[in-house]
Amino acid sequence: MSDPSQQFVADHVKGLPRSGIRDFFAIVAKMPQAISLGIGEPDFVTPWHIREAAIFALEKGITSYTDNLGLLRLRREISSYVENNFGLSYHPEREVLVAVGVSEALDIALRAVLNPGDKVLYHEPCYVSYSPSIVLAHAKPIAVATSAKDAFGIDPEAVAKAWEPGCKVLMLNFPTNPTGGVTERAKLEQLARFAVEKDLLVISDEIYSELTFEGEHTSIASLPGMQERTIFLHGFSKAFAMTGFRIGYACGPQVLIEAMMKVHQYSMLCAPILSQEAAIEALKNGTPAVEQMKEAYHRRRDLIVRRFNEIGLDCHSPKGSFYAFPSIEKTGLSSIDFCKGLLEAEEVAVVPGTAFGESGAGFVRASFSTSYERILEATNRIERYVEAVKG
Amino acid sequence: MTTVLQLLLEGERLDTAQLASILNQSEAEVSAELERLQAEHILLGWRPVFNPERAQGELVRAVIEVRISPEREGGFDRLAARISQFDAVESCYLMSGAYDLLLFAKGKDLREVATFVSERLASVEGVLSTATHFMLRAYKEQGHLLLSPTESGDKPAVSP
Repeated sequence: MSDPSQQFVADHVKGLPRSGIRDFFAIVAKMPQAISLGIGEPDFVTPWHIREAAIFALEKGITSYTDNLGLLRLRREISSYVENNFGLSYHPEREVLVAVGVSEALDIALRAVLNPGDKVLYHEPCYVSYSPSIVLAHAKPIAVATSAKDAFGIDPEAVAKAWEPGCKVLMLNFPTNPTGGVTERAKLEQLARFAVEKDLLVISDEIYSELTFEGEHTSIASLPGMQERTIFLHGFSKAFAMTGFRIGYACGPQVLIEAMMKVHQYSMLCAPILSQEAAIEALKNGTPAVEQMKEAYHRRRDLIVRRFNEIGLDCHSPKGSFYAFPSIEKTGLSSIDFCKGLLEAEEVAVVPGTAFGESGAGFVRASFSTSYERILEATNRIERYVEAVKG
Repeated sequence: MTTVLQLLLEGERLDTAQLASILNQSEAEVSAELERLQAEHILLGWRPVFNPERAQGELVRAVIEVRISPEREGGFDRLAARISQFDAVESCYLMSGAYDLLLFAKGKDLREVATFVSERLASVEGVLSTATHFMLRAYKEQGHLLLSPTESGDKPAVSP
């Protein structure tokens, strides 16, 4: 018999699937000795100077609320960082909002702009929260599959094909978690023209942008005519290894930031002040550490991608992020069976591609944010497992 | 392109086979590169990093500031090289400032270091003065924190 409390849960929440990652985590948690390539965060600890800034702030007794939009000092730093790195100019007093990570920024952006029944285009495989966040905003998610043949960049034609009346928002995330895919400038331009033509608002999550290994990262917001119809989301978790600080931001047209601020002020009030202080230090002095970490990721990427291809698991070279997304199709196993079998036989954890959407079927996500030794050992074990499975 | 040296500088312990695999080179190529680095005195040796509080027992460590007189030809080099020869001297650097050489020295007890300073070091011709500071406790050893090592905490093994 079902728990009588069930009746109190809202229908649209009941309908949400549990995150595939959570289920898999429950299995891995019972095997503490396993080598995990399943971690979606940097292996590095937050650089000391940033931690120290948070400690100093705490010592000074900086423990209050802040402006709903965030400390103006931080918004000024964000404004100049975004201008210098993305070529986008946002007014720190009106066009920047500091949020509790990009996760919150995305949530309030969707809630601020969507009416019940609106439709949102997003590309898949993608970060686990995208589709649920859209549903929680009472809107309808429309997935556009990306594929290995495009190295998981988005195909504008596929977006145009998926479009239907009622589409209001296009969500983008490049480089992408879990595929490391990026979209080249020419295709972004094509997408931008499509967004203008169909009058779409673009919400662009650029959390992995600093970890772009080849070529320049281009934000769609920087293309002609796009800044006025784009909400640019970014944060500190990945590039500055600050996941636990839960701090990110949104930049966009004043009207949209104002609307997001309403949702933010009534739900969150403001981002934690200590994290905001740490973020100021990160932007002021953190760039050399980011460059160092990026180089370390780059070397690890080359290694893990080569190993997967040697093993016979076709793997495109992710142009950004710290995830490899090899195909496990040749083993004949489903993503979840591959992952469970690998964990059982060789005690290596990778994440089933299906945790990131249906189009992740036939793939697994392996994070290379770990030591060389672990990557070497894990890929050796995967090799043994693949050989055993193939018989 | 990543080099053997860059990988070694990252500080992870890797054998030749692992280095070769990471760099996508043959083991013979990596060995040749390691030999070159050693031949050119870029790579001087291999030594594990120990916690001096735990691994080296009662060993006494000291830093010694040494003032020496420079010579007409070669400046400080001849004397510095000579002082570096002593087994008690682990490292020797020429410094700017109030003294010339900074030595990192070790001995099995206080007396041994004291004897080295007074009988061996101070008596070298050209040594003008010495100041010896004994190490009381180590908090950081070659990049490794000893008192408050960084912890991974409760980082989940799988996360989105």
